[in-house]
Amino acid sequence: MKRVLAGVDFVARAGEVTVLLGVNGAGKTTTLECAQGLRRRTGGAIRLLGEDPQLATAELRARVGVMLQEGGLPPSAKPLALLKHVAGMYRDPLPVDDLAERLGLREFAGTTIRRLSGGQKQRVALAAALVGRPEVVFLDEPSAGLDPQSRQVVFDLIGDLRAQGLGIVLTTHLLDDAERLADYVAILDRGRIVAEGTVAELLGTATHAARRLTLRGPAGLDLAQAFPAGGGLHVLEPSAGHYQVDGELTTAHLASLAQWLDAQGIMPTSLELGTQSLEDVFLGIAEASAAQDAMAHKEKSAHREKETA
Amino acid sequence: MSSATSLPGRVWQQGRYETLTMLRNGEQLLLMIVLPLIALIGLTVTPFLDGLGPNRVDVAAPGILALCTMSTGFTGQGIATGFDRRYGVLRFLSTTPLGRAGLIAGKTVAVLAVLAVQVVVIGGVAALLGWRPDIPGAIFGLVLLGVGAAVFTALGLLVAGTARPEATLAVTNLVWILFGVFGGITMPSSKLPSQIAGIVGFLPSGALGDASRAAFLHGTIDVPAVIVLLVWGAAGGFAAVRWFKWN
Repeated sequence: MKRVLAGVDFVARAGEVTVLLGVNGAGKTTTLECAQGLRRRTGGAIRLLGEDPQLATAELRARVGVMLQEGGLPPSAKPLALLKHVAGMYRDPLPVDDLAERLGLREFAGTTIRRLSGGQKQRVALAAALVGRPEVVFLDEPSAGLDPQSRQVVFDLIGDLRAQGLGIVLTTHLLDDAERLADYVAILDRGRIVAEGTVAELLGTATHAARRLTLRGPAGLDLAQAFPAGGGLHVLEPSAGHYQVDGELTTAHLASLAQWLDAQGIMPTSLELGTQSLEDVFLGIAEASAAQDAMAHKEKSAHREKETA
Repeated sequence: MSSATSLPGRVWQQGRYETLTMLRNGEQLLLMIVLPLIALIGLTVTPFLDGLGPNRVDVAAPGILALCTMSTGFTGQGIATGFDRRYGVLRFLSTTPLGRAGLIAGKTVAVLAVLAVQVVVIGGVAALLGWRPDIPGAIFGLVLLGVGAAVFTALGLLVAGTARPEATLAVTNLVWILFGVFGGITMPSSKLPSQIAGIVGFLPSGALGDASRAAFLHGTIDVPAVIVLLVWGAAGGFAAVRWFKWN
């Protein structure tokens, strides 16, 4: 049996948005499926509201709302009829009409789900996950296929759910989603968690300092000379004529850079100051983990060669 | 705090929903009502079934009702479940309080409800055509139809849970036609070519057809046929539980 997940340990708390972040195939959906009890795990332990999701009773399922990645909605149904049907599984569901209003489902109430756009389907699926007044919701890629306006509606709703004290676990491959929503982020890569923490913590654990200067100009400059030696700055030219300076930048650094450019007679085409984004952290981690894997692979094959020798 | 509707409430909810979905689907109605009606009328106006009973419709109606269980349980539920599986509907519903067991129970309720509609409509038309079933036999016959529906539903779910929905669509329609014509369900084995007459009694279609005719027509219980049917049901149910894939 192929081992899909290993070392995926995290706690999702009530009143928080926990984001599983990773590229496609990282194991986000598999993690959710195990937590929802949809997939049998071969090892490890999961507690959902204190119970094992694999043995979930109807009462436990009533306290948990699920939005699947592919929606899980019957194409021939109409949105409100389907929601009323799902609401019938709960003793005290949310009023379907209010939910439809909130998520803007009224405008396509008479259309079969088959004919809805991706974003409209997402909103119906989200409503279906919430109609039972869950305490925990699992949302698999909730922003996939949403136009900016629906995305805002969905994000506002997620914010409200958090404020009401629900525990929210969602997956995304979009760093922007994580930055905007997450109280806690776990970055998944090839079936394991490679970094976790609050967004601020993750930015703090970056290998480079949190400030960056980006400059565009002629290729091949020795830009490191613009700064006093030993200043702890890290100068890179990731592509020709595109420079990055990472480190604790000060106004003195900027002054010496301007002086140096002036002396060289160079006018940059663009000059930008910023902080590192979650994307940089993410890419840095992905690179490091790929390098680690390559190393492990090399060691393994070296070991195998030794054995055969 | 959120809590679930009672188990009977959830099953009833799902059963009602699936019943209405089936009855609103044009292709399903064709398969469940229209084609069996055409077959009933066809067998009543042609001489295929002559010599087996007091009049043609008495021989035709029990077989057509048996065919109805195959329409609803095997082909109808097979196709619906196959596509629901493709679209993740089964997975989504199994995360609600309904759960997997409730979903299966709901489907059973829906199949039985649609079967009841079929019995009323097709039995009604047959009665207009002069069908006068044996009354004590008819009571056992109705029970048999329920059992037949369960057997064919298990087989339909087995196909739906293991094959792609397009394949399920093709297979369940093809089997419906082949079994319907040559499987001993509408045409008793004595009227079939000798090469196949010997084996149809061992098919679920032939067994249900024979048992249904014995009950409605003669007021008797065809014990070997009932046993064959139950064996198919047990095997189909076991295989469906064992190999059904939810995604």
